[in-house]
Amino acid sequence: MNARLRDNWLLDGIARVGECGLFFVAVLGALPKSLRYWRELFRQVWFVGAMSLVIVMTCGLFVGMVLALQLYYTLSIFGGTAALGTVVALSLFRELGPVVTALLVAGRAGTAVTAEIGLMRATDQLDAMSMMAVDPLAYVASPRFLAGVIAMPLLACVFNAMGIFGGHLVGVSWLGLDNGTFWGNMTSTVDLHKDILAGLYKSIVFGGVVSLIAVFQGYTAPPTSEGVAYSTTRTVVFSSIVTLAFDFVMTAFLT
Amino acid sequence: MNPRPSYAIGTGLFILLGFAALAYLATQTTSVVAVHRGDSYTVKARFTNIGQLKERAPVKIAGVRIGDVQSIQLEPQRMDALVVMSIDKQYNDIPDDSSAAIFTSGLLGDQYVGIEPGGSPDFLRNGDEMVLTQSAMSIENLIGKFLVNGGPKSSSPAAAPASSAPASGNP
Repeated sequence: MNARLRDNWLLDGIARVGECGLFFVAVLGALPKSLRYWRELFRQVWFVGAMSLVIVMTCGLFVGMVLALQLYYTLSIFGGTAALGTVVALSLFRELGPVVTALLVAGRAGTAVTAEIGLMRATDQLDAMSMMAVDPLAYVASPRFLAGVIAMPLLACVFNAMGIFGGHLVGVSWLGLDNGTFWGNMTSTVDLHKDILAGLYKSIVFGGVVSLIAVFQGYTAPPTSEGVAYSTTRTVVFSSIVTLAFDFVMTAFLT
Repeated sequence: MNPRPSYAIGTGLFILLGFAALAYLATQTTSVVAVHRGDSYTVKARFTNIGQLKERAPVKIAGVRIGDVQSIQLEPQRMDALVVMSIDKQYNDIPDDSSAAIFTSGLLGDQYVGIEPGGSPDFLRNGDEMVLTQSAMSIENLIGKFLVNGGPKSSSPAAAPASSAPASGNP
């Protein structure tokens, strides 16, 4: 009995992954049609991107500041505090910018998208759209997915810029490093393609993953208040796990 | 004419801010601007050991950056490293008997090619090769020599017989 339950649990999990893959293909297929609803796309970019700016900028500033503090301590052990700017920039661009932005967006926008679509499903709005010959995939799912892909790299850039600003604030203004050393070592080491663009590719993928999971969880949420609540939780959990797992794989490939 | 949706301005500002941040990162935190030059010409130099020299390392005269290392290849016949440097066109009056050496900035910093100007009236031109070169100073070799030669002078009574051991050992 127990074994059978576990079998079912495992099979259920695999089936969900399969459904998610098929849903991904369906969303991609609906993308050309969804361009007709570009106003909806704009509204979603505004919701996912512009509305996340405050949290992303604040977190970026603090992450940059704490990075500078921690790395200053570590580097001072080796007498290499001149490399602070380089290390802060590389950690932000290559790793923390894309990943932390993805986690923040999953928590702020992903949950909202799941709850919104889940409630649409629960209140039969999606069926009503189908009745009116409006494809809910093209009108609801695709714009939200595309908005995540567009907004995530831009948010990651803002996060990185704020992080550099925070690191500069702590390193130069507070800890008294030389301004020229801070910038000079950074600019001589950071590479546009290997560091900044590699981080952007990461965050484009993270944007797709996070928004796909959010839309999928909302779309397949059981039409009850409990079901919507569980789906919202699962969005955050799965987004975080998949983001970090993809991060490992992409880092292994991109470096 | 439709009224402009209130979110359109927010979306536009967000997208502009995102691209502004990207432009800021690309120009202010990388050396793209420093690498981007107008015209440049290439000069070759051969080294027996380039140490840790990498592509895009700076080329300097008197400490001023005048170009960068374009490529580093192993020359199969002579088994030495062929370093191609691209030098900014505005520095086109480098004497052709100048020598190139690989230096390290600071004790543990990056390595760069330093050019010591010579006295020839002719200048280096595109594709020319610098004949006088000096390889990278390797710290391992220095330490090795230091150990073999017996260390500092304060211990010279002990070191002197040791360093002349082959001579005094024969008779």
